Amino acid sequence: MKLTRRILMGAAAGSFLLSTGAAMAQTELTFWSWRQEDKAFYQDTIKKFQEKNPGITVKFETYAPENYATILSTALAAGRGPDVIQVRAYGNLETVATPGYLLALDQQNVPELANFPEAALAAETLRSDGKVYAVPFAMQAQLVVYNKKIFKDNGVNPPKTWDEMMALAQALKAKNITPFANGTATAWQNETIVGGLLSSMLGKEFEADIVSGKANFTDPRFVNALAKLKDISQYFSPNFTGVDYPSSQQLFVAGRAAMFAGGSYEVANFKNQNPTLDLGVFPAPILKAGDQALIATYYDGGYAVNAKSEKKDAALKFVRFLATPEYGTAFTNTLKNLSPIKGIKIEDAITQDVAKLAENSMSYLMLVRFRYQEPGGSVLLQSNVQKMLAGQQTAEQAAADINKGIATYYKPFQK
Amino acid sequence: MQASPQQTRPLKHHLWVAFLVVPPIVFMSLFVVYPILSAFAYAFYDWKGLARGEFVGLRNFREVLFGATMAPVVWNAFLHNVYALIALMIIQNGGGFILAWLLYKEPFGFRFHRVAVFVPVVLSTIIVGFLWKLFLNPNFGIINQALYALGLDSLAKPWLGDSSTALGALILANAWHFVGFPALVYLAGMQRIPPEIIEAARLDGTNEWQLLKNIVWPLVAPSTTILFTLLFIGAFNWFEIPYVMVGLDGSPFGTTDVLGLVFYRTAFGNQSASIQNFGMGSALATILFLFIVVFASMLTLWLRRREIQF
Repeated sequence: MKLTRRILMGAAAGSFLLSTGAAMAQTELTFWSWRQEDKAFYQDTIKKFQEKNPGITVKFETYAPENYATILSTALAAGRGPDVIQVRAYGNLETVATPGYLLALDQQNVPELANFPEAALAAETLRSDGKVYAVPFAMQAQLVVYNKKIFKDNGVNPPKTWDEMMALAQALKAKNITPFANGTATAWQNETIVGGLLSSMLGKEFEADIVSGKANFTDPRFVNALAKLKDISQYFSPNFTGVDYPSSQQLFVAGRAAMFAGGSYEVANFKNQNPTLDLGVFPAPILKAGDQALIATYYDGGYAVNAKSEKKDAALKFVRFLATPEYGTAFTNTLKNLSPIKGIKIEDAITQDVAKLAENSMSYLMLVRFRYQEPGGSVLLQSNVQKMLAGQQTAEQAAADINKGIATYYKPFQK
Repeated sequence: MQASPQQTRPLKHHLWVAFLVVPPIVFMSLFVVYPILSAFAYAFYDWKGLARGEFVGLRNFREVLFGATMAPVVWNAFLHNVYALIALMIIQNGGGFILAWLLYKEPFGFRFHRVAVFVPVVLSTIIVGFLWKLFLNPNFGIINQALYALGLDSLAKPWLGDSSTALGALILANAWHFVGFPALVYLAGMQRIPPEIIEAARLDGTNEWQLLKNIVWPLVAPSTTILFTLLFIGAFNWFEIPYVMVGLDGSPFGTTDVLGLVFYRTAFGNQSASIQNFGMGSALATILFLFIVVFASMLTLWLRRREIQF
């Protein structure tokens, strides 16, 4: 008994000495993320930061994306959690920011916020107090990724209009090539497909009208776009209602399908799995000449500082570092994901294309504007489009259902 | 003073009992009782993200059972749990009973079959779900491939993407996974029946059906009690197979949604679509818990009454 106590005391004293010894020389920050696959990049970033800031070390820890929110929530609720936190955007940010777990950022404590476009900061802003809570890290876009080799072999070019797109898909199918790798079995894929294929037909004006309440989701622009989607779904992968996300990716990676309507983030992923793929991107086709060709953009998330951290100054230094064009350039070129920071230099050709397309874009509507309350716009869009594409309801019914759900809480629709 | 062995033994004995009993009690209270009670408490509060807001009484419960947004989802899922319960009762427990009877008769190679039937039970549910997802893949899955090979092209379907077959596919995958368990329990129950009873019945000229119906089935009643009760609990807590095979949304368009998925989505949020609401999630969990406790107890009491001592 005595012996155990002595050992325990010794161990406690030892660890106390060790920890104070370290604290005097170094401030150690913990940094949580769900991006296990980007670990090497973040370690590298941390090394660069530490060279510039001797006295601060950063420990990078990752958790699986599906559990990240739960683990982070639990830690923050218990008054613990990391000093620097990778957080998501929009509705998911509110879950963490509303209870006051995050430090509000402004031009005073993070002057580098000036490096970001308005829309990027809006993604990390809490609607209730209008304050920014995180430094945005990536812009994503929904568009069409295509296999250049298949296009070239068949003598076709990226289509501009919807009619060209239909003709192209038919021509490819006639040659036994699956035009689109997409499938609809994984619910959220239905939302990315809508963003990738229909944005130009919906248009910026439609978005403005939805925001102001001048139009709702029973608007002909929305209904007609959905009807067109139903029409083109005949060119999705065979048995597409049963094809889930990984299967559709594999179909495209194997070079057995010509196009993939989805996220700009797919490009890096596709290339990792099959480096020989020669890929390109193009925006959603327009309905008629003279319309604007658009992609649907949103911001992924940001880097935030824990409001309860005892090392806020060091944490702010690190977050400021993550807001510099130097970091943005490294992020974009290493991870092939577009950093929203102004003045970055992009090496990768496709990322350059995405950046160029992003200059003319609309919001990825449901995520950006309707993921704050239940039933969320994304849930409604995903399940109703899935149902429509399975032939179980018409475009009108899908639009009416989506509208009905959102109208239960969205004031502009209740007039 | 030296203690006699008679005196030390009770103390030693008590210590030994305490050593065995205390850790599980602490463990149970910490990881079972406490979470259940706290979930119960959470259900009475409004939640702002992860921070507990004000006390709202029964509002969360009302929302879950009657609210315009939640209730249709919950009742839709509940109905699917009921379907699963009925179907699994017939396929899984019924199939288990038949398999047990076949094994009981010790056909050629029964030792091998006894193991083979039980092997899927040992596999991880995640693996089984993934495996069946591959089997059911519409384009390269073994099931559609087999149908094409047999020339039955018209029967090939996107099983998990078709609203008329998706739930059935999940139920069959679950039955494949667990049928070995009722088979083994029933087999043990059958082997407990004194052989002379069955012999006597045979001498009296019963046929197979009468033997099963009038002798075996009543005498394996204790096995039935435990299997029906466990299946009832399992069917209403159903989560892993649907989660792995169709995802959190009960894809396609909610036709495979079950209460376990609804609970997870509500409490923890769905990364790609919705937000967290601990209060409503806790309310749903509490309702589900009470429902299972009450009905499982009633079911057990009723099933116990039909057990025969021999």
